[in-house]
Amino acid sequence: MIQRIRNRLSDNTFLLFITICLFIAMYIAGIIIYRDNNFGRFQVFLNLFISNAGLIVAAVGMTMVLITGGIDISIGSVVAMTCMLLAWMMENKNIGALPAIIIVLLIGIVFGLVQGWLIAYLKIQPFIVTLAGMFFARGMTAVISSDIISIKNETFLAIANAKIYLPFGGYLNRKGTMVYPYLYPSVIIGIVVLILIYMMLKYTKFGRSIYAVGGNEQSALLMGLNVKRTKLKVYVLNGFLAALAGFVFCLNTSGGFVEQAKGFEMEAIAAAVIGGTLLTGGVGNVIGSLFGVLIKGTIETFITFQGTLSSWWTKIVIAALLCFFIILQSILVFTKHKRRKAIT
Amino acid sequence: MTKLSKKFFALLLVGIMVFALAGCGNPAKETTKETDEGKEELIVVGYAQVGAESDWRTANTVSFQSTFVEENGYKLIFDDAQQKQENQIKAIRNFIQQEVDYIVLAPVVETGWETVLGEAKEAGIPVILSDRMIDVSDDSLYVAWVGGNFVKEGNDAVEWLDGYLKELGRENETINIVTLQGTIGSSAQVGRTQGVEEKLSEHPNWVMLDKQTGEFTQSKGQEVMESFLKSYDDIDVVIAENDNMAFGAIDAIKAAGKVPGKDIIIIGFDAVKAAFEAMIAGDLNCSVECNPLHGPRVAEIIQKLEKGEKVEKIQYVDEGVFPADTAADIIDSRLY
Repeated sequence: MIQRIRNRLSDNTFLLFITICLFIAMYIAGIIIYRDNNFGRFQVFLNLFISNAGLIVAAVGMTMVLITGGIDISIGSVVAMTCMLLAWMMENKNIGALPAIIIVLLIGIVFGLVQGWLIAYLKIQPFIVTLAGMFFARGMTAVISSDIISIKNETFLAIANAKIYLPFGGYLNRKGTMVYPYLYPSVIIGIVVLILIYMMLKYTKFGRSIYAVGGNEQSALLMGLNVKRTKLKVYVLNGFLAALAGFVFCLNTSGGFVEQAKGFEMEAIAAAVIGGTLLTGGVGNVIGSLFGVLIKGTIETFITFQGTLSSWWTKIVIAALLCFFIILQSILVFTKHKRRKAIT
Repeated sequence: MTKLSKKFFALLLVGIMVFALAGCGNPAKETTKETDEGKEELIVVGYAQVGAESDWRTANTVSFQSTFVEENGYKLIFDDAQQKQENQIKAIRNFIQQEVDYIVLAPVVETGWETVLGEAKEAGIPVILSDRMIDVSDDSLYVAWVGGNFVKEGNDAVEWLDGYLKELGRENETINIVTLQGTIGSSAQVGRTQGVEEKLSEHPNWVMLDKQTGEFTQSKGQEVMESFLKSYDDIDVVIAENDNMAFGAIDAIKAAGKVPGKDIIIIGFDAVKAAFEAMIAGDLNCSVECNPLHGPRVAEIIQKLEKGEKVEKIQYVDEGVFPADTAADIIDSRLY
């Protein structure tokens, strides 16, 4: 049976399949273990999205970059800078919420444009370019303000606090009132971004050329694809998504603070890898990254429901999962290699 | 054949992972079962702690963990946020879904709590703040705040100094004071400076020569004290806004050839264990406590709320003043 499933799925989808199975297994285990603590409630599931909406957006962008064979470690700092800029513009400069959001998204695009140009046209290692970007954005955050700025802008808070109730899945809470599950606009943004990028990668010419560039740059070039342009576009889009992730993150914390979102980029990379993206490029799927984020969220939920375990165990479990997926990936690459050899 | 076995191996690994996870959960399952019987009486408290960045914080955590035990009728769900606000927000959302009876929050930052505390309020779960205050427009989002009174700590320091100088018979002398301030803008610095200055004005013969920030660190405290010693040759008292800076000042005074604790009176804040050691050695004269043991006070508030009584919104924990002569008796009972 395993053979049959395996035969029907390509390597790409096989990794995705395992990730999804793992998530479902973990979630069911959680429901059984913590059945007395309401783990099975639909709201607990929605909270995974509410708490990680920003990370979903960032992980989608990261996946795209990883598929090209690149990396972007600046997004955590860009998220912090975006939050700080939003807070600073709205609170200290009296700029309206909407113009402020548009400005930070534009800044994200410019940020991506500069990084992308350096990577694609000057052929500098993406790691180094985005490392510089990381320091720059974090530094700028502190320069804008080293104090914490709290957002009081009414329009912004209205967006942040707009609960969207679902018409199903309600439950009686301990006071006996019926509570319907809810989500926030941030979740909608995350899901929309996920679907759009998924469609783009799967059905557009640009999306296919991203895979081609990441799979083998040389043959992509021989195929007549504009490799440089494709890379530049990916980094620009990623810059935009990083800023958007910052906005979504800010909806959750409604404030700017230098120390915000530290290690965010690493969480995004981890989510992508757990979701089946190969760091060598050419292989990856944004749906997998979504499940990567959800797995991380589930582990965190596990630990809070458990109540006595140190929250640092999240990191250890993530480390174990990363090892597991990397080993699995190399096994797949190895067997594929062998198969090819056998054919020729 | 080898291909098949490898795939099988991969799937086996998945199986092991799932098993391991289920195994991890097993002990938890047992404990929940045990508590099931007594679930009616146990009050479930979720505590979203900042992290474990300092001895003070660890003592604060231990205070909660030792107060909210099953023998006292509580079940504590503890979450270490690793200094990240987003982790605290997640933890609070999970507490709400678990339908805990009370949420205790020691916020990482003051801002951004409206949304998630609004959810707690809607779920009817009272929130008690510990240590730091939050910046919200609607103060019904929390029922009470428990923490230290930095202004009072400043007052206490000056009062102790007054008494000590009388003991030495120096109350009518001109007393030159310097202050090593904490990180400017931090609530401890603002409160302690204000507290000291309020009381200082009652003593016309006391002169505040200078004050400068030592950023709460020992090395910076030493540096600033060295420059003070060069600029002023008649310093009688050093007020260091935390113990670490006091330790730095002690080193600087020793290096300048003076005797700390005798030639120059030194007052510190926080009353950490190392301060007691310095007091026993005779280097430090006094340390004003910044009490991290918030657990019992929070438990008191919860008991009142359980009975339906009203509680004070702002509650300061008791904080002591520890002069050097009491240090030897107290040091063993200090937890941090």
